[in-house]
Amino acid sequence: MRLSIAMNKKNNNAFLNLWRVLVQHRWMYVLAFPGLLFLLVFKYAPMWGLLIAFKDYNPYAGFWGSDWIGFKHFAELFSSKSFYLMLRNTFAINVFSLIFMFPGPIFLALMLNEVRHETFKRLNQSIVYLPHFLSWVVVVSMSFFILSTDVGVVNKIITELGFEPMMFLSEPNYFWALLTAQNIWKDAGWGTIIFLAAMAGVDPQRYEAAVVDGASRWRQIWHITLPAIRPTIIILLILRLGQMADIGFEQVILMTNPLVTSVSEVFDTYVYTVGILQGQISVGVTVGLFKGIVGLVLVLMSNYVVKRLGQEGIY
Amino acid sequence: MSFVAAKKLTSFDYINYALLALISLVSVFPFIYVFSVSFTDPEVYIPLKFYIVPEKWSFAAYEYILSTNSFLNAFKNTVFITVIGAVLSILVSFTFAYALTKKALPGRNWMLGAVIFTLVFNAGILPNYLLIKELGLLNSLWSLILSGITNAWSLIIIKSFLESLPSELEDAARIDGCSDISVFWRIVIPLSMPAIAAFTLFFSVAYWNIYFNALIYLTDSSKWTLQVLVKSLVIDSDSSGGSDLSGDGAVLPQETIRMASIVLAMVPILLIYPFLQKHFAKGVMLGSVKG
Repeated sequence: MRLSIAMNKKNNNAFLNLWRVLVQHRWMYVLAFPGLLFLLVFKYAPMWGLLIAFKDYNPYAGFWGSDWIGFKHFAELFSSKSFYLMLRNTFAINVFSLIFMFPGPIFLALMLNEVRHETFKRLNQSIVYLPHFLSWVVVVSMSFFILSTDVGVVNKIITELGFEPMMFLSEPNYFWALLTAQNIWKDAGWGTIIFLAAMAGVDPQRYEAAVVDGASRWRQIWHITLPAIRPTIIILLILRLGQMADIGFEQVILMTNPLVTSVSEVFDTYVYTVGILQGQISVGVTVGLFKGIVGLVLVLMSNYVVKRLGQEGIY
Repeated sequence: MSFVAAKKLTSFDYINYALLALISLVSVFPFIYVFSVSFTDPEVYIPLKFYIVPEKWSFAAYEYILSTNSFLNAFKNTVFITVIGAVLSILVSFTFAYALTKKALPGRNWMLGAVIFTLVFNAGILPNYLLIKELGLLNSLWSLILSGITNAWSLIIIKSFLESLPSELEDAARIDGCSDISVFWRIVIPLSMPAIAAFTLFFSVAYWNIYFNALIYLTDSSKWTLQVLVKSLVIDSDSSGGSDLSGDGAVLPQETIRMASIVLAMVPILLIYPFLQKHFAKGVMLGSVKG
């Protein structure tokens, strides 16, 4: 009896302590509240909707009224042809980006870093950062005006030179290259920021010493600048590998047309077509969930590797 | 560095400068092209003929667009979501990130964990769409504002920025009896102006440029934003999708009108860019990989 009273008192004390701490920090919780509410409503509440992947969702019956059907949608997904097409396209677009887009900012940063004329350097930086701020609608619209067969300036030059006009926008063979080119134009400049910051950390005395030793500019780049940004390159590469399931999908959805769907269909475009346009919510959610899980696994793996290398990952 | 700078330019420099100039040219060419055509007098406009400076200047295309309801409406909608969205984003992100810097705050690790998890996993297009539908926000501009208020990337960068501020001022203010909120308002916010400038740019650009969410959340063309309108004008060339911009009203060449609409869709971004650009390089580097 006495013991339980003592226990009660202790519990009460713990509760009181917690209450006191909460009261003490009350204004801090007030500051955190709007952000927390946003996370709960707009980031976590929708995760509940992922359960629809295991239901035969009927918008009229609602979430509770729809029947559970287990992994049926997944089984259908894995046995469908379009699934492998989406998988291939996602992989191919990412490989293109990895080979051509990833090194872009590194080369551009090396070139900018070699510029001694401050004004020229700053002007160049301002110009190459700019496309990053344009929307995909604007970038794709510009591409149309530059590449289309009826109004495109590039085809104007091609026909002027006596060649046949090229169907850049409707030829499946060019599609992945076109996406990559747009990506490079839009974001290669922006991507230099992180490398330029790493290069700015190099002690200028090392270059001076190298000059005294008779090292050429190439040798200075090879032996001083590149080693200085190597950790950054490695980390960004590994983190990039963690994004292999992701596609900049606003771009794809804007660039796609009926002639190129065989190469442009990726998970997110499929979710849009099937889920929103055709109203097959369950199928769409299943595809989205599959993509989300693959993405999660890849990110966790890449982050694990980065941490093993003794670096800070994305979390 | 002056030691190196004093040296004469070598062929290495000339080639490097020439290549960079070429890259810059490729970066600005589409802008010049679009600007030039949009200002070309319709009477002298010939498709496929390109001038760096219009052969004959004219504001006809702009006058036409600015006189249509669908453009003015879309412009109004876009300005609305951008201004309200950016202000709310800054408020919510900085207050939340500030609370996340307080290691002694009970529950802080849980909150930080909840932020970070959204970086690696999100529910995806359809669950988000269903949420907006459940909240009754379909066809409301608030769906775009509320769903983009903040994100893990911004919160983490702002948090590392706030952690880098000297804590002495805060401590002194607390000793003088300031509450957490007045410390935040009087000390932290004034010290954070560079980060606020950078993130005002990032958030405004993000809201201004929203396309996909606007496409699926706003079905009524009176709610359209500029990006959706420009897409329907330029990319779906045959569509008249609820817009009075394409169609028989236009005696002007379609190209000059379309180009002018592209310019109008990006010009506000180009206007704030020069003022905020000295901040954003710093902003994006705050708390990211240290070189």
